[in-house]
Amino acid sequence: MHRLHFLGIRLIKAVLVLFAIVVLNFFLIRAAPGDPAMVLAGEAGAADEIFIAQLRERFGLDRPVHEQLFFYVRQVASLDLGFSYRQQAPVLTLILERLPATLLLTLAAFLISMALGVLLGVLSARRVGTWADSLITLVALIFYATPLFWLALMAIILFSVQLEWLPAFGMRSISQDLTGLAYVADVASHLVLPALTLGLFFMAVYARLTRASMLEVAGMDFVKTARAKGLSPGRVTRDHVLRNALLPVVTLAGIQAGHLVGGAVLTETVFAWPGIGRLMFEALLQRDYNLLLGVFVVASAMVLLFNIITDLAYTFIDPRIEAG
Amino acid sequence: MIANAVMGLLPKPHVRPVAGAVRFRGRDLLKETEAALQAIRGKDIGMIFQEPMTALNPVMTIERQIVEVFDAHAVLDKSERKSKVLELLSDVGLPDPELLRRSYPFRLSGGQRQRVMIAMALALRPEVLIADEPTTALDVTTQAQILSLICRLQSERDMGIMFVTHDFGIVSDIADRVAVMQLGKLVEVGRAADVLRNPQHDYTRRLLSAVPAFVPKARPAAHRGRLLSIARLDMTYRGKHGLFTKGRTVEAAKEVSLDVRKGETLGLVGESGSGKSTIGRCIVRLLEPSGGSIRLGDIDISRMRGKQLHPIRKRVQMIFQDPYASLNPRRKVGRIISEGPMAHGVSEAEATARTIELLELVGLGRAALHRYAHEFSGGQRQRIGIARALALDPELLVADEPLSALDVSVQAQILELLASIKERLHLAMLFITHDLRVAAQICDRIAVMQRGRIVEHGDTADVFTNPTHPYTRELIGAVSGLALPSTVVAGQESTLAADAL
Amino acid sequence: MTASSLAEFTRRFSRHGGAVLGAAILFAITMLAVFGPLLYPESPWRMVQKPFLPPMMTDGFLFGTDTLGRNIAAGLVHGARVSLLIGLASTAAALVVGVTTGAVAGFFGGRVDDVLMRFTELFQTIPNFALAIVLVAILQPSTDSIVLAIAIVSWPPIARLVRSEFLSLRSREFVQASIVQGQSSFQIIFTQILPNALPPVIVMASLMVATAVLLESSLSFMGLGDPNTMSWGYMIGAGRTVIRQAWWISFFPGIAILLTVLSINLVGEGLNDALNPRLSRRTR
Repeated sequence: MHRLHFLGIRLIKAVLVLFAIVVLNFFLIRAAPGDPAMVLAGEAGAADEIFIAQLRERFGLDRPVHEQLFFYVRQVASLDLGFSYRQQAPVLTLILERLPATLLLTLAAFLISMALGVLLGVLSARRVGTWADSLITLVALIFYATPLFWLALMAIILFSVQLEWLPAFGMRSISQDLTGLAYVADVASHLVLPALTLGLFFMAVYARLTRASMLEVAGMDFVKTARAKGLSPGRVTRDHVLRNALLPVVTLAGIQAGHLVGGAVLTETVFAWPGIGRLMFEALLQRDYNLLLGVFVVASAMVLLFNIITDLAYTFIDPRIEAG
Repeated sequence: MIANAVMGLLPKPHVRPVAGAVRFRGRDLLKETEAALQAIRGKDIGMIFQEPMTALNPVMTIERQIVEVFDAHAVLDKSERKSKVLELLSDVGLPDPELLRRSYPFRLSGGQRQRVMIAMALALRPEVLIADEPTTALDVTTQAQILSLICRLQSERDMGIMFVTHDFGIVSDIADRVAVMQLGKLVEVGRAADVLRNPQHDYTRRLLSAVPAFVPKARPAAHRGRLLSIARLDMTYRGKHGLFTKGRTVEAAKEVSLDVRKGETLGLVGESGSGKSTIGRCIVRLLEPSGGSIRLGDIDISRMRGKQLHPIRKRVQMIFQDPYASLNPRRKVGRIISEGPMAHGVSEAEATARTIELLELVGLGRAALHRYAHEFSGGQRQRIGIARALALDPELLVADEPLSALDVSVQAQILELLASIKERLHLAMLFITHDLRVAAQICDRIAVMQRGRIVEHGDTADVFTNPTHPYTRELIGAVSGLALPSTVVAGQESTLAADAL
Repeated sequence: MTASSLAEFTRRFSRHGGAVLGAAILFAITMLAVFGPLLYPESPWRMVQKPFLPPMMTDGFLFGTDTLGRNIAAGLVHGARVSLLIGLASTAAALVVGVTTGAVAGFFGGRVDDVLMRFTELFQTIPNFALAIVLVAILQPSTDSIVLAIAIVSWPPIARLVRSEFLSLRSREFVQASIVQGQSSFQIIFTQILPNALPPVIVMASLMVATAVLLESSLSFMGLGDPNTMSWGYMIGAGRTVIRQAWWISFFPGIAILLTVLSINLVGEGLNDALNPRLSRRTR
């Protein structure tokens, strides 16, 4: 099957999944306490009558359920996620403002976790049974069991409060008006702690899987074939063991995408990182359900996109997939 | 094991040769460093393995895997390598080397992969080739092709081969000398002809006598009534289809017609993938055929479902291939056997009494009742499987490769048991097998299947002595120890180990 | 399980040093959760001392007090109960949904399987923590809604595991033999397949308890805990704003979560080694 064809099918599937999520969202709004119009407007009683009436009209709230659903889907399909009365801005605008920050954070965390995780996994598998292996396994176990938000707080205490090495809150220094390289350096220094905190948990996940997968592949017949050819141990590990051991790691990266976004919510909340996770927390505090659900839909879409990218990456490293 | 030790490929650090020496050109390989061994592996000593399906790296093209050999030993430059790869691929008889070199292993069949392995092992013209059961995982006809390929290359290149096998047919075909091993010990070494004709060690004698003779027994042609009658049976598997992709369809059986008469044994022979198991599964109605009819007596059972099938289940029972997978590991043996009658309304006490009878019949005794399957050997488990099939007093037994997972010596015992039970209980049996020797032993009549169709059928003796279809002839020719031309060239040495581990 | 296989199980489990340690820690935490409230019979919400007492400075206040003068040790003990209960309850709920879905999909296959698996995949794609937040926020925070939300986001892996076990077991010869014997589907599912599918499910379930404890603490950290129960996540969240002055308020509950989750994971790995000597990595 051609790669483009594959991509096309994945995109169509993603749209169907997104549609299902929007439908789920619709029922969640109806399940929320109080009048759906009130939910859409924000906290009950906070919105004025005219605004509520407008909402009723727009979402067809006086009509039967299936028509309401139709209205709602049409609305979302035209990229209208409603209006946040609390923040006095369209929900989509609010989210799009915050999206780049989240993308930056999750991407950085993903790269850290993947690079460190695979590295540690390989090290540990190559020295299986030694103290280095035990140490790496222990570190992975601990990070795998550490609550993210707590790790974030501890990082703040240590690196921001005690050592004063790195900033603890936000994405940039408010007092200064930086441009160019100085601006990049400023953002980077703000990024270090959140990205590391978020990345370390997933590093543990990848390290464990890479180790297990390397050990499994090392026992396979084709590795013996490679050695029987007279290849050096280093080449056997690199070209034969690692390449095959990475397949499940990439698969897992796709599965972990949703967890990465969930982790971002917690990390952004603690570090006041101005992304959609923090927005979600703000929406929670203000009981702004419509904004909350809007973020939820966009976060789901993000995960879908990431899944497509990993699936596509997979077709490059595993020739068997292309065959369908 | 020995083969791996020679190459220093034992799974370190758990297994290590504790003593002895492996001498190659006067050097002891066990004492060499890893780096020195690397230089020898692939260059002076080549190796091929049992499982061609897993012996190639799935994410690397064929060409790269062969080129790695040149790389590792730093020979040939870039342009030479490509032509050498093509030359090697055509040497081992692979079609369209130009296309093949860019393919990934998953596109190749088992036989083709084994050819690639051979091409790789011989890339640098080693003096010694170690072949560890290289044909065991292959179909009979493919087996014969690979064997003659190895023999051809051997005579062309004048190399020594250490061929590890459990199959005495192969031994008699290709070996110059034989070494017989039992439980890690070498019990007999000698010229192949001497060992085969005049075995000295008791173990060798037992191994040789367990090989069934490929001589069909003459049987009185019985004219008894039909029990099972299959007409124009089709079975098409439809692969899982996605939202946007068409599922692949495989025609496992095409217009198959055959009869089983009361009290006879019909052999259904063919290679794996020929559709013979599919037929068996349709008859016991684990599968619903896509077309045609299956009549048991006067009733067509091919379309029955659910409750309708219930009374039929009693009349047709099955013996499965793998005695390790066919018994529930979490239930006691007595339970496994009595479950059947109890599902048909027999009381527990009665079913248990019957179970004890059956356990005696298959030679296990009532002590087996309260034990779990894992406490028994493969042969004993197959006896349990037979008792289970008999528990419902069936008229027809479908035996799907009941011997292929067993050791040669155990095979003979189970075959005997099946023959005697069939005789005593006047059962009809459909005996599915890929092994023509076994079929010759037990079957009254034979049907030969190829790619979903029955290409020839008739009385066993007729089919084996006067095969009419070319495929049947090929199959019979492929039975080792019978028809392969002598390939041993004087002055060369092939050492052979019959590894019974 | 026979006596000999029980002995074998114990032997394999205890060969795993970490698993024994994990079991010991988990046992201690469970004891605290069960009997701890006898040590601190008063409500953990009661203000009993001066606020901001540092740890190990005052008798009876080993871990100090929080911003309102509540005893942190009491909070930890009561929180253990909440964490373990919610972890177990939500895992049990997820098991019911997951095992049923997976068993039906895997046994019957075909169209039923297609529909159920699409449904499962949908739930697996949705970012699970975000869905849990939305669910608890909309249903209003309470122990019930938290258990429900965690169960809803964690059943898909169980369903997939059970399905794949059923798919492979269904084609195993002993199951086919029982079909040929004429046993009913119901009987085959419950007496032939399910007992053989259980070991990997038990392992996954044990690891799910750990994930559920993490999820619960994350939810209550976000302010979505049951307002009537003291939980570790809530304590960390409450100490967050004063982290610069009083690190201990957030520190100790975090250690409690870490230890609990770590010990459950260790026990899970021990179970894995003991029950599935050759389990593939698909459970992760």
